[in-house]
Amino acid sequence: MALDNMKTTGFTQVGTTPNRPDGLDKVTGRARFGADVTAPGMLHAVIVRSPHAHARIKRIDTSKAEALAGVKGIVTRADFATGLTGENWNILENVMASDTALYDGHAVAAVAATSALTARDAAKLVEVEYEILPHVTDVDKAMAPDAPVIRAGAADGSVPEGQHPNVVRYHESGHGDVQAGFDEADLVIEDHFTTEATHQGYIEPHACLGILGGDGKGELWCCTQGHWNVQKICAALLGLETANLRVTASEIGGGFGGKTAVFIEPVALALARKTNKPVKLVMPRADVFKATGPTASTSMDIKIGMKKDGTITAAQGVFRLQGGAFPGAPADMTAMCAFAPYALSNVHQVGYDVMSNRPKQAAYRAPGSPMAAFAVESVIDELCGQLGLDPIEVRLKNASKEGTKASYGPTFQRIGLVETLEAAKAHPHYSAPLKPGQGRGISCGFWFNHGGETAVSLALSEDGTAQLAVGTPDIGGSRASMALMAAEELGIPYENIRVTIADTATLGYNEVSHGSRVTYASGLATIEAARDAVKKLCGRAAAKWGIPEDAVKWENGCAVPSGPNAGDFDPLPMAEITANMGATGGPIVGHFEATPEGAGVSFATHIVDAEVDPETGKTSVVRYTVVQDAGKAIHPTYVEGQFQGGAAQGIGWALNEEYIYGDDGRLQNALFLDYRIPVASDLPMIDTVIIEVPNPGHPYGVRGVGETSICPPLAAIANAVSAAAAVRLRQLPMSPPRILEALEQKRDG
Amino acid sequence: MVEVNLWSGLRPLADGKDKVEVEAETVGEVLSGLVQAHPGLQDAIDAGVSVAVDGRVIASSLTEPVKPDSEVFLMQRLKGG
Repeated sequence: MALDNMKTTGFTQVGTTPNRPDGLDKVTGRARFGADVTAPGMLHAVIVRSPHAHARIKRIDTSKAEALAGVKGIVTRADFATGLTGENWNILENVMASDTALYDGHAVAAVAATSALTARDAAKLVEVEYEILPHVTDVDKAMAPDAPVIRAGAADGSVPEGQHPNVVRYHESGHGDVQAGFDEADLVIEDHFTTEATHQGYIEPHACLGILGGDGKGELWCCTQGHWNVQKICAALLGLETANLRVTASEIGGGFGGKTAVFIEPVALALARKTNKPVKLVMPRADVFKATGPTASTSMDIKIGMKKDGTITAAQGVFRLQGGAFPGAPADMTAMCAFAPYALSNVHQVGYDVMSNRPKQAAYRAPGSPMAAFAVESVIDELCGQLGLDPIEVRLKNASKEGTKASYGPTFQRIGLVETLEAAKAHPHYSAPLKPGQGRGISCGFWFNHGGETAVSLALSEDGTAQLAVGTPDIGGSRASMALMAAEELGIPYENIRVTIADTATLGYNEVSHGSRVTYASGLATIEAARDAVKKLCGRAAAKWGIPEDAVKWENGCAVPSGPNAGDFDPLPMAEITANMGATGGPIVGHFEATPEGAGVSFATHIVDAEVDPETGKTSVVRYTVVQDAGKAIHPTYVEGQFQGGAAQGIGWALNEEYIYGDDGRLQNALFLDYRIPVASDLPMIDTVIIEVPNPGHPYGVRGVGETSICPPLAAIANAVSAAAAVRLRQLPMSPPRILEALEQKRDG
Repeated sequence: MVEVNLWSGLRPLADGKDKVEVEAETVGEVLSGLVQAHPGLQDAIDAGVSVAVDGRVIASSLTEPVKPDSEVFLMQRLKGG
């Protein structure tokens, strides 16, 4: 059901593309990122990490490190709260190991010293005696009967009997009769697919500065996607009262989900408490790779049946996700997203969350969905190829639409998948000729999106400008979008609104910037806060004119009588009302605090042309088009940026990026030199098409756009590469050695 | 009564059922009704669930209304990046 106050046309500011308010700060170096914050008397911290994939910690001797001049404090697990349970225990165990190091890079101690160099030297003097234990880093091996157990008792009640203890969560869903569906099919294809763990690859490493006194009151500055979450977790891990820890989010140099988790902030605060000094902690890049969340790696089996006319008769998938040494791999999301683009009478999906001796996986844009799409859309591509069907026509024939029973259960409301497919089909890219050695791939993708707890405040100034305080860190240009929405409602220029990311002492709880929720939820909150302020402005005008409040309406930034019977008064501009607000009732502030629950799902269709060099195995992506439903593009340039960013990261994931572990269980490529993310020369210009099918759960129809854009690329690129190389690629990344191996196997028959 | 659809993995905790009827006018009452009918569901619900009501996925709010003829699905809690 659409909101009563929904607006989908007649925008004056929404849909325009003004410069972002933080742009000048960022290009001139004035913006303060996590590592830019300093404090008088500040110490520098370094974390001591396990060099072993799995080892019992028998003894930690800090005496030599403590004796080094300049060292002011060392913490181990003993310096954190005890008695934690559930997820707080898991987080603390990851932040600082207790009796067992669970992966290469697991933190075991931390040192604070007067300089970073001294802290690094001291860290080398911390002596840790380990008893090395058997390890496992591969998902299929971790599920095998003889696999070493990462942690007994970690599984919850969802796991069926007979599974290895490393299987800690289980998901199963679907409907219909898949066997009957397969029996109806003219062609059934079943294949196995794997993807490797990839890192979010944000350019700014995790960084923070913590202050915590003996009175239990503290301050924390950090780069994070959600500082209320940091506040809550740090308070729990350090035994603090939540309100006594104020957390301020810095500018953020990329997050993509990887900064929704907490890694170093409790350590900096523990050291600050121990030394009674401010403590700064900046992760080296190698630590970022080793100890912050990459994605899960996967092993997947997909089976799909299709009739000669392209109708999908049944689909089933088994998704095994390796999520590192803690529960939480998104096996459920992977399974639920896998077949969501299609209206299926018979579908069944199973997901396994599997622990291994790797760092705890973290969210990365639509967690789980890109891998699922890779496997599912590859099989659909194979079916289309073997049946001689057009891949877009087949997807259109089976596409989910309003009223479709989703593969994960509920009935879809208004969605825009068909519109993305029609736009892709009509795009010149789809009919453009290919050169020899090139192949074209397409894929659809799906993501849920999210709402979440949200609070904003909009304070009007005496001169008629406005200050908007939001609580969701700006990870994609959201301040510009918020200012546009506030300007739209208030009827004042975009430039007259300053948007600030408020600290935890300023607003009510704000959920993390995740789930593509910011433009949806903080945007909805901004609109409602502006409407609250407008109501108060109208009230002041009504009082001035001596007419009822409901006889005043707001138009073009002015209070005006709502009709001829309300009286004859000249429009009263906002600045004239706010100029005297102190004397007419006090400051005017609009508020909104709620948990919006109408995020609305989103779909995309991508078209990719790839060229494969059969001599070297190198792939070049020569043309790329993203078509995605944004609901309503508030700032179209930033929507396009999200589309392009998802595609660019997908290109890296598909072609080159992977965590490589040695037989010793240690990460072999913990540097950008060896872990290759795409650079500008690897990418074509990524074309974008914004589809706008309004989300009925947002006043302007907004759908989140930050994550869906990374769902189709792995599959679309795999389909293009498979076409170009004339051999099906079922393992990511499709790096040159893997492509050469596939070509060789094809030659050998 | 509201009919609540469970994901397949919950059937062992609900006497093999994939649909459970509960007296409920809100999402919160759906969840408490499920636990009352099948106490084995308590841990799964405590671990975090979303509830889809007529196609809208309710991630947090227990006060969202539910009608007797609403389509209600219990889903695992959504986490994004």
